[in-house]
Amino acid sequence: MTGNIDLDQVLHTFIAEARELLEDMEAALLRVGGEADPRESINAIFRAAHTIKGSSGLFGLDAIVAFTHVAESVLDRAREGAVALDPALVALLLACGDYIGRMVDAVERAEPQADPGADPEGAALVQRLRVHLADEAVPATQSASASAAIDGGPARWHLSLRFGPDVLRNGMDPLSFIRYLATLGEIEQLVTLPDAVPGLDALEPEACCLGFEIAFLTRIDKAAIENVFEFVIDDCALRIVPPGSQVARYIELIESLPEGPRRLGEILVSCGSVTAHELETALHVQAASAPPRRIGAILADQGNVAPQVVEAALAKQKQFKEARGGESVRVDADKLDRLINLVGELVIATAGANLAAKRTRDLELIERNLTLAGLVEEVRDSALQLRMVKIGGTFNRFKRVVHDVARELGKDIELVVSGEDTELDKTVVEKIGDPLMHLVRNAIDHGIDSPERRAERGKPATGTLTLNALHDSGSIVIQVSDDGGGLDRERILAKALERGLVEPGRTMSDAEVHALIFEPGFSTAEHITNLSGRGVGMDVVRRNIEALRGNVAIASEPGRGTTVTVRLPLTLAIINGFQVGVGKSVFVVPMDVVDECIEFSCEPGQNYADLRGQVLPFIRLRDLFEVAGRPAGRQNIVVVKHAGQKFGLVVDALLGEAQTVIKPLSKMFAQVRGISGSSILGSGDVALILDVPLLMQGAQEARGIPALQAESLPAGH
Amino acid sequence: MGTTSSLLRIDGELTIYRATELAAAMRTALAGVADGDMLELDLSGVTEMDSAGVQLLLAARRSAIESGRALGLTARSAAVDDVLAILHLTALFGDTVAQTH
Repeated sequence: MTGNIDLDQVLHTFIAEARELLEDMEAALLRVGGEADPRESINAIFRAAHTIKGSSGLFGLDAIVAFTHVAESVLDRAREGAVALDPALVALLLACGDYIGRMVDAVERAEPQADPGADPEGAALVQRLRVHLADEAVPATQSASASAAIDGGPARWHLSLRFGPDVLRNGMDPLSFIRYLATLGEIEQLVTLPDAVPGLDALEPEACCLGFEIAFLTRIDKAAIENVFEFVIDDCALRIVPPGSQVARYIELIESLPEGPRRLGEILVSCGSVTAHELETALHVQAASAPPRRIGAILADQGNVAPQVVEAALAKQKQFKEARGGESVRVDADKLDRLINLVGELVIATAGANLAAKRTRDLELIERNLTLAGLVEEVRDSALQLRMVKIGGTFNRFKRVVHDVARELGKDIELVVSGEDTELDKTVVEKIGDPLMHLVRNAIDHGIDSPERRAERGKPATGTLTLNALHDSGSIVIQVSDDGGGLDRERILAKALERGLVEPGRTMSDAEVHALIFEPGFSTAEHITNLSGRGVGMDVVRRNIEALRGNVAIASEPGRGTTVTVRLPLTLAIINGFQVGVGKSVFVVPMDVVDECIEFSCEPGQNYADLRGQVLPFIRLRDLFEVAGRPAGRQNIVVVKHAGQKFGLVVDALLGEAQTVIKPLSKMFAQVRGISGSSILGSGDVALILDVPLLMQGAQEARGIPALQAESLPAGH
Repeated sequence: MGTTSSLLRIDGELTIYRATELAAAMRTALAGVADGDMLELDLSGVTEMDSAGVQLLLAARRSAIESGRALGLTARSAAVDDVLAILHLTALFGDTVAQTH
């Protein structure tokens, strides 16, 4: 062996790239229907499938190879124009992409490979793919052995066995392994190699020197074949060439065996694994170009992989990457998280150093510390930037959802995406997927009416679902809009009364009524479909979004459509905070909700202030958190704005703006309402970060409006 | 056939347990065969054969051919037939001999 590479690492890369390729394939499949000239997209789909097949082969992922091969063949026909990529075939190929994705997932979880021929789902897909293949001949690039792939029929494997000298002495009989193998399939051809058996004079009668070349027809997979030889594997060189392998793979086999190319070539031909012509051509080509031994060669040494196949596949992957444009480095998410954590600590330490410097009144030290603080801030921004990803990737996933769900419901829906370049923290992106998915499904299911209903209302038959993202003062705003029927105020109210969510006779604004759909157990769907409408949806969506320190609002116009607006922080790690003092405690208000600060003034006994003629409800933090001591002589109000409403927080001191690294609260404090996390100040003290949306509910209660939410904060008074 | 032949009859097991003993017997038998003549093995009494036995037959065949002699199997028990069939060796050993059963 020329070197040692970490196969796990390579496999990991394969998995990541296979997923990217599947995404590309899906994107191309989804756009192909709307294109005047779909050739480029069809090519892209074919290339993706082809590359996945090629690189799967490198890792002996034969189930993926076999399955993808069938899909690739269909795509090949589409490329030739022999098969039309109509919506039905697109749907089928999308399902195939999913299936390959699941096989890749299984590889990642190191699960044994399911044989798609045996798996009913895989077999059904192959069956449906075959319809498009008709009686197409086996593609020319395949060797003669590429017979029936996995359509339930057996596949043709080539096994090359060389038993070691100790096999017989260890009580193993090669013959019995072959007998056992024969029970698992059909030994179509077998050549016993007498080459290594010397004459009687030189023979050590108890040392085994037998070898076999076997053409084996079976339904079992590679692992199962290897299992046959499990007990003897240390003493036996076993090489397996999977069904449908390229001739190059046999060339490698020939080279790796001691018998010499001419002799083995004949044997392989006699096994029917390759044709004489293929062999000659391949050997000739190979002699002409001696390939450099690189990663492929090492791989080939470890597994039984032909260097040409490896090279070709790697080159293809490289090409593909280049085509994707832009240079990038793959970094482990864990490493990135560690960096962010360290930067967080650095920010805290810098704040501490600044404080200490100020106390010394040494101007130079203070100045230098400030320079340092400026740099740390830049480092923090760049580090956070590393974790920023565009939301476009998430949006694109919904193209698929819209396509599938609309099809299922018999609706015609177009997805319009805008703001896909808007960036947000990777951790936020990962967590927003599910809630968004629910909102999108909900919009398709409940929002957009059937084509007939739309026609009645004089709308175009094709409904439009819009996903939009934008940055707004330290938050990312994601909007899911539909041009459907809008929310039915009366029905929501009726349902809310029935469920006891509102008291009868109360007048409520439209916004308040609409907000009811986020209540637990609320669902207005008259027909429960299998997509949504189980009444578990919207409240879970709200809870998930709030767990990300975000919020969700809904706006709807009868007959015109509904827009759900999700507002999320850009990052979960560090915020710009506004520090306020109450007694000896320090609280942090996220800067992006702080509107202004005013001097506290109010009539005794009132819990609202006068903000330039407007009523401003407020909460006394001292009372809310039961801070000991008497209020300072001059108190202040921090006016915060959330979801279009303002309210005040009464505090003793305004301490100013500061970088705040968020540390989650331990589970012990999970019951504490109104606090979203903690942070360590430069002085080493702990500050609590206020959860403004929750406090606002408290403010509404204080104003005499019953909180809409089931769980509410104790009133501030 | 213009050749004369000697006969070696092997009974019982043709396996690893007797491989050394049988190899010696074959060597001796082959040494007694004149150039251009054939050593015939009568395997009708073989009750069991394993890979070691197969290997022994292959080695004997090579020795015979390399020394200008020939090796033939005049008679084979079902056990021998079975193994040769599995390993696709019937033709290799069968082409020099007439079946006796």
